[in-house]
Amino acid sequence: MMAGSRVLFVLLSLFAVGAGVTAAMQLGDDAQSSTTEQSADKPVSRPVPAAPIAGKFSVTIRKPSGPPRVVTTLKDVHGSSVTVACSTCHTTRPPNHQNKTVKTLDEFHSGMAFSHGTVSCLSCHNPNDYDSLQLADGSRVDFTDVITLCGQCHGPQMKDYEHGVHGGLNGYWDLTRGPQQKNNCVDCHNPHAPQFPKMQPTFKPKDRFLEKARSEH
Amino acid sequence: MTTDKTPVQEPHHSQHQKPLLPILDQPSTRRTILKTAGAALGLAAFGEALSPLLVIPENVSVDEFLQQHYKELSDDDKKKVFARLEAETKEQFGADVTITDARPIPGVRFGYAINVSKCNGNGKCMEACNKENNHHRGVDQSYIRVLEMTKGSMDMEHGSTTFDHTVPQEDKFYLPVQCQQCDNPPCVSACPIEATWKEDDGIVVVDYNWCIGCRYCEAACPYHARRFNWEPPEIPAEDVNPNQGYLSNRIRPQGAMEKCHFCLHRTREGRAPACQEACPTGARIFGDLNDPESDINYVLKNKRVFVLKEELGTKPSFFYFFD
Repeated sequence: MMAGSRVLFVLLSLFAVGAGVTAAMQLGDDAQSSTTEQSADKPVSRPVPAAPIAGKFSVTIRKPSGPPRVVTTLKDVHGSSVTVACSTCHTTRPPNHQNKTVKTLDEFHSGMAFSHGTVSCLSCHNPNDYDSLQLADGSRVDFTDVITLCGQCHGPQMKDYEHGVHGGLNGYWDLTRGPQQKNNCVDCHNPHAPQFPKMQPTFKPKDRFLEKARSEH
Repeated sequence: MTTDKTPVQEPHHSQHQKPLLPILDQPSTRRTILKTAGAALGLAAFGEALSPLLVIPENVSVDEFLQQHYKELSDDDKKKVFARLEAETKEQFGADVTITDARPIPGVRFGYAINVSKCNGNGKCMEACNKENNHHRGVDQSYIRVLEMTKGSMDMEHGSTTFDHTVPQEDKFYLPVQCQQCDNPPCVSACPIEATWKEDDGIVVVDYNWCIGCRYCEAACPYHARRFNWEPPEIPAEDVNPNQGYLSNRIRPQGAMEKCHFCLHRTREGRAPACQEACPTGARIFGDLNDPESDINYVLKNKRVFVLKEELGTKPSFFYFFD
């Protein structure tokens, strides 16, 4: 089921069919507010092979490994932190549709930074199954397929992404010669605060006219 | 060259016989003596200027000295030349490398585009270029120069390359500039010895061994895209990229001119250029201009694209856009 939708997505992206975009632009909100900032394993970067096209190599899109796990203060016998699934708490608690800002969050969610428009937690998180997400129409979507969720609001970015013009790529520009790997939305954008982070330049070519002479030339 | 013996004759001897040059058939006034002395000096200087042609420089082997222009090399010649260069690299840098000769893919014409709205000036592209292309580590050379520009201005003269603060700054935008692989390349016209030329896939290349280092091309390039090897390159053996192309990232000798070649040793095998793979913002889009379905053509058809210094008529294969 999950792999099926992935295959479909890649087919769409490769053939540049607008249908995926239309579906993506339907309406709804966009924010994948997971249970906490301290998820035990980062929900990114498991390469998943996509559908091969006849005579062409595949485009692989990195995927989150699954629902995030919440780090607790408890330690197991090996001294590692105990992690729990979101559903551990949320199956026994009623969902709170009023939570829209970090101010109203507590326990595992306290201290979370949130800066993603005016969406509420349950715009993206699934109140019926906290180990999954939901689309704007209420249908369930797995954490691994978060791109579908993001694409609902971010249609232009989605369209660019499908054409290799958003999000970068690795591997081959020519798919008749080799495969290509692409990032997932959440590889670059924190879903709770999606603005691309500031960076510090680390490499700078030396300028011959500004630096002390290195030789007599 | 046939006249270089005549000026050593004393002018007054020539009074009674037919002189070789009219200047010799003149009374030995101060003027004629000065003229003759000047002519002699000039000829001596000319001879001296040509004298390097008569000896092979110490750091150049006979084979290298006699090596033909890349376009004149047969496949056998290339084998020998590449083997020699590989051996020299082993000797000078202690690295085992393979030098190949990737040729243009028939029907492919490369284009590159940068999303200026996405580029945040982090400089990872410059670093990737430095490593991929075996640049001289002493000066952290790179084919790319990222300009920090004030928003609202396209004046590259006022772009800063030395910014060293958190990026992006609110009032700035970032403009990476590298070889624009012009369709009308002034650098190629400027080269007096055809050591640089444009290939069928649009890439302007340099035969580093044919280049005499006159730097005319550097002066001719309106994008400041060419780099000169002022020093013998220094690269630690473990940092040498062993996958090298003769016209691309093999280690360039001191005195040779070099430039961005769209990583032709990668891109002609279908791979993405190193700077594109390194870009963390996804601002770089590369592909085949002749393929209507390519990423680069999607940009050209759907974005508001511009080129740098369009008014110069250089016709770049390198595009920029804001979105």
